[in-house]
This record gives sequence, structure tokens and C-alpha cells, in this order.
Amino acid sequence: MNSDKMETGEEIIICRDVHKWFGNFHVLRGVNLTITKGEVVVICGPSGSGKSTFIRSINRLEEHQRGTIIVDGIELTNDLRNIHAIQREIGMVFQQFNLFPHLKVIDNITLAPVWVRKWPKDKAEKIARELLNRVGIPEQADKYPGQLSGGQQQRVAIARALAMQPKIMLFDEPTSALDPEMIKEVLDVMVELARSGMTMIVVTHEMGFAREVANRIFFFDDGNIVEQNTPEEFFRNPQEERTKRFLSQILTY
Amino acid sequence: MIKEALVEKPPREEVGLLEWLKRNLFSTWYNTLLTFVSLAFLFFVGRAIIVWALHTARWEVVTTNIKVFMIGRYPASEAWRVLASLGVILLLTALTWVFRKLRGRPIRQWLILGWLLSFPLIGVLLRGFSEQNLFLPLVSSRVWSGLLLTLVLAIVGITASFPLGLILALGRRSKLPVIKILCTIYIETIRGVPLISVLFMSQLMLPLFLPPHIRLSTVMRALTGITLFSAAYTAENVRGGLASVPVGQYEAARSLGLSNVLMMVLIVLPQALRAVIPAIVGQFISLFKDTTLVVIVGLLDLLGVAKAVTGQRQFIGLHQEVYFFVALLFFIFCSLMSRGSRRLERSLGVGER
Ligand SMILES: Nc1ncnc2c1ncn2[C@@H]1O[C@H](COP(=O)(O)OP(=O)(O)OP(=O)(O)O)[C@@H](O)[C@H]1O
Ligand SMILES: [Mg+2]
Repeated sequence: MNSDKMETGEEIIICRDVHKWFGNFHVLRGVNLTITKGEVVVICGPSGSGKSTFIRSINRLEEHQRGTIIVDGIELTNDLRNIHAIQREIGMVFQQFNLFPHLKVIDNITLAPVWVRKWPKDKAEKIARELLNRVGIPEQADKYPGQLSGGQQQRVAIARALAMQPKIMLFDEPTSALDPEMIKEVLDVMVELARSGMTMIVVTHEMGFAREVANRIFFFDDGNIVEQNTPEEFFRNPQEERTKRFLSQILTY
Repeated sequence: MIKEALVEKPPREEVGLLEWLKRNLFSTWYNTLLTFVSLAFLFFVGRAIIVWALHTARWEVVTTNIKVFMIGRYPASEAWRVLASLGVILLLTALTWVFRKLRGRPIRQWLILGWLLSFPLIGVLLRGFSEQNLFLPLVSSRVWSGLLLTLVLAIVGITASFPLGLILALGRRSKLPVIKILCTIYIETIRGVPLISVLFMSQLMLPLFLPPHIRLSTVMRALTGITLFSAAYTAENVRGGLASVPVGQYEAARSLGLSNVLMMVLIVLPQALRAVIPAIVGQFISLFKDTTLVVIVGLLDLLGVAKAVTGQRQFIGLHQEVYFFVALLFFIFCSLMSRGSRRLERSLGVGER
């Protein structure tokens, strides 16, 4: 699919031997991976294997304790300026949407562009409306998040992240909190985004999505990548015993 | 877009008076019983009060002394300054009300500036300059009394303690241990002592901390005590509000690249404060009533003035009238505050599920 990009593209995320502990609990145990610009990567794995912790380390919502993470040429350290600079360039979509309940949909989207990017209000609003159009809910701009369905809220959350014009988008189980009939409307938006060339890391168990747009699938277990492959190979011919077990569990129904 | 033709209005629920009475007051036999018992109770109590108020009570103690209740020993020749201050407040309130819907930024900013400037303006108006000044001769705060003093103490106390409490609450959550410990000690100490002792301490101790050439009046020292006291409670209330904001809100804000200050100001505090409006207003209402304690440091607030009035020779024994009147005044102000709180909650709560 985008394989030509993968060979020639530049590396945008580099993780080398990333470790993290919660107290004594070793959550990330030496994760290594490199992601090139425009790549779409799916991460799956059993609950508690550290998938969330890992992608949250990429935009510094979690702090890794050993190893190196380099995003868009900037290494993640304790330097606050670097952290804010990187957080501006990475959009994130959460399982629980995390929209700002006290702000209208349109203000949710324009907040960061106006205050962080310092765009004039009308420019931010114009772009916000275009984004709402793109995610298919232009008519919801003046509602509050609490008045929307889960699927609509998640699409607003995607629009909010995109409004900062990020170079990378992280998704942490974006459809897990949704009723089945709303999952598709969110996945459709994500598929469109993937095809537009956005660099994406998606933690999800939606294997249909992975098959459709992922360049690579990473299988996480016990705080590390156990196996990685293209979707076709990953599903047809899993190498590790743990991967096979996991696939048989999630694909049975 | 939804087609117009498909959209139907929800059915209107019309409830007549009789229907309402039946549904709410006489729905079951015990509801009916309760209704009658309450009505009987209200009737007897209400009748007793009305009979007292219209026949027995001698209201001349209140009418003769109305100026005393309002401004106490503030000189009558200068009373216009109190009225002018009241006028400033009413004008600002009216403007705020008129422009409440206009989200136009400049007007709002001017209003906020106006409110901020009104404090020093009213302060100067009430106190004046020097004794020789022809236009605004000095009226020392020693003679401020009655409702005037109560309102000055409450309004300044509330306005000053709110930002201080906010800072203390944020300080208590600070990552810097020194700030965190200092704030915690302050909050817990103040909450551990009664207001009376804070008032005494502020009278006696404050001069020790200040350079000798600065001498605060009794009113200023009482105000400082009230503010320091109330701030600790505001801080605890705000802390509750901060704790009610889910971590997801912080994470979303940070993932958008917001700095810590922007995150607090735009995302966290608006939600935290909205959640604790009832608690904070409740605290301000009790602060308003607690200002009556300044009697013990020799100030004559509304209640102090009332006590003095009951001692007047021609009105000996008219305690009921005087205290009823004072209670009524307190009730009016407190219920205004709680109404304001409910309106504020409603206007900020739009869109909440
Ligand atoms: N803040 C924290 N403090 C302590 N332990 C934590 C914390 N966050 C996560 N953990 C633990 O770290 C492990 C990995 O958590 P993580 O959320 O990364 O897993 P996950 O792979 O995303 O799982 P899931 O599929 O359930 O979301 C879990 O065992 C979890 O209990
Ligand atoms: Mg997770």
C-alpha cells in the first residue's frame, strides 16, 4: 500500500530500549521501534500489556525512565519546552473522548489553535468548521459535548486533535467505549485520515481496520513487542505462540 | 440535514390548577393528611406573626432609628457619601445586567475594570482625605457602623478571600514541597481555630508583623482577620472542585500542547469552580453572618447597633422589634446571595448532562 513511502520516508518516531516502571512493576521492558512518516501502525495485545503506557510515552503523558524516544528529531527529556513543542505536533484521541464539557463543540476545537498556535479567532473557526465537515457532523458545532452521542463525541475529539495540524496522531482504543453501531462512523473517519497520509499509531482490536489501512501490526505482551508484521502476514501466519493464542481469542467472535 | 417536514414538536403538557393540586397535594391519603397538617401549622404560626406585627409591635423603634441601623455613627452630614457609594454599586449592577448577554469582549473587560476600580473609589468616598478637606473630609473608619460596616466587612472579605483561597488551593497541590507544606499548614491551622480567636489575633498580632510606621485601623485589622480566615475555607472548597475534574481533562489539555497555566485557566478551573459554586456561596453566606462577631473587638456592626438601640431609654424593652428587623435584613441579603448562586449555576451549567 504505502510501502514505497516506508522505504524512502524519513523516520519520525524512534524508540530505543524504552523502559518504564510503575513503582516496582516493570511496564515497558525495552521497547524498540521506528516509524516513518505517513505510516499507519496498529498496536494490539492483551489487557495490561502496556500498550497505553507505550503510546502515552510518545507524547509524554507518561515519562519513560530509561532509553530514548525521539519524535520529529526532538528527543523527549525533562526540558519543558521540548515537551510542549512535541505535544503540539502530536494529536491524541482517547478511549473516553475527554472533550471539554464546559465548552461548545466549536470552542473545543478552536481552543488550542487560538491559545497555543495564536491563530486569529476567525481563521481557527473556519478551519474548525471544515474539520467538522470532514468528520461528518457540521451541524453539531454549537452544541455542548454532553448533548452528542458517543460516536459524535469521538469524531469531535478527532477534529479537535486535527485542528492543531499535528504531524502524528495517536489513538488509544478510540472505539472501545462506543456502542457497536457507532464504531463504524469513527473508523470511517480514521480510514480517511490514514489514506490522507497522516502518520498514525492506533491501539485497537478492530482487526478490520488493521487489515484495511495498517502498514504494520505490532503485537504487545508483557511490556514489549513480541511480533510485528504486515497485516496479511500477521493474520495468515503468526509466528509466536502468544500471538496465535491472542488472535484465536479475539477472532472467535 | 433533517427535513423540516419530518420534525415534529414534542406534545405540550398542559396542567391546570386543579390538576396540579390533585397531583401534588392530594395524590394519596397520607399526602392529603400532610397537606392539611402543614396548612394548619402555617395558618397558626402565620396568624400569630401577623397579629404581633400589626397590633402588638411598636415599630417606631425601628423607624426612628433607621439611620442608626443603616450607617450608625457615620456623620449625618456626610451620609450622601454612603448613598453615592450605593449608587455606584447599583449602576454597575445594572450595567452588568444589561450587558449580561453580550459576549462582546471589550464591554465585558470595561465592566470588570469598573468593578475593580469601584472598590478603591468607594473606599476613598467613604473615608475621605483629611479633616480640612472641604469636599470629602475624613470620616475615620472608627465611626463606620451599622449595616454599612456589615456590608463593608462582608463584601471586602469575600472579594479579597476568594483569590487568596484560590492561590492557597493551587499551592496545596503544587509539586514544590515548600509551597505545598506552607499552604497546607496555613489552611489546616486556620480551619482549626474559631473566627473569634482569629479576630483577636489580628487585632493584637498584626501590628507586630507590620513596620511601625504603618498603623492599621481596627476595621482594617478585622478585615484582614476575616479575609485570612475565609480564604482557608475557600481553599478547601476549591480543592474539592479541583479533585472533581477527571484526569482525562488534564491529559487532553496537555496533549493539545497547552502550557500548565493555560490548562489551569481554560480547562481545569472553570470546571472546578463551577462544581463548587454552591459550597463557596454557602461559605460566603456564613461569612456574612459571622461578621457579627466583630462586636467583640469593639466594632459596631448591624447587630452591635441593634444592641445599642435596645438600650435607648424611650424604647426600653423593645427587643423583639429590633431583632426581628435585623434578622429580616440578614435574611434578605443571604437569600439574595443564594438566589444569585442558583442563577450563576444555571447560566454556567448549560449543556451539562
Ligand atoms: N498510573 C499507573 N500506576 C500504576 N500502575 C499502572 C498505571 N497505569 C497503568 N498501570 C499498570 O500498568 C500495566 C499496563 O497498563 P496499560 O494501561 O499500559 O495496559 P494496556 O495494554 O493499555 O491495557 P488495556 O488493553 O487494558 O488498556 C497494567 O498492569 C496497569 O495496571
Ligand atoms: Mg489501554
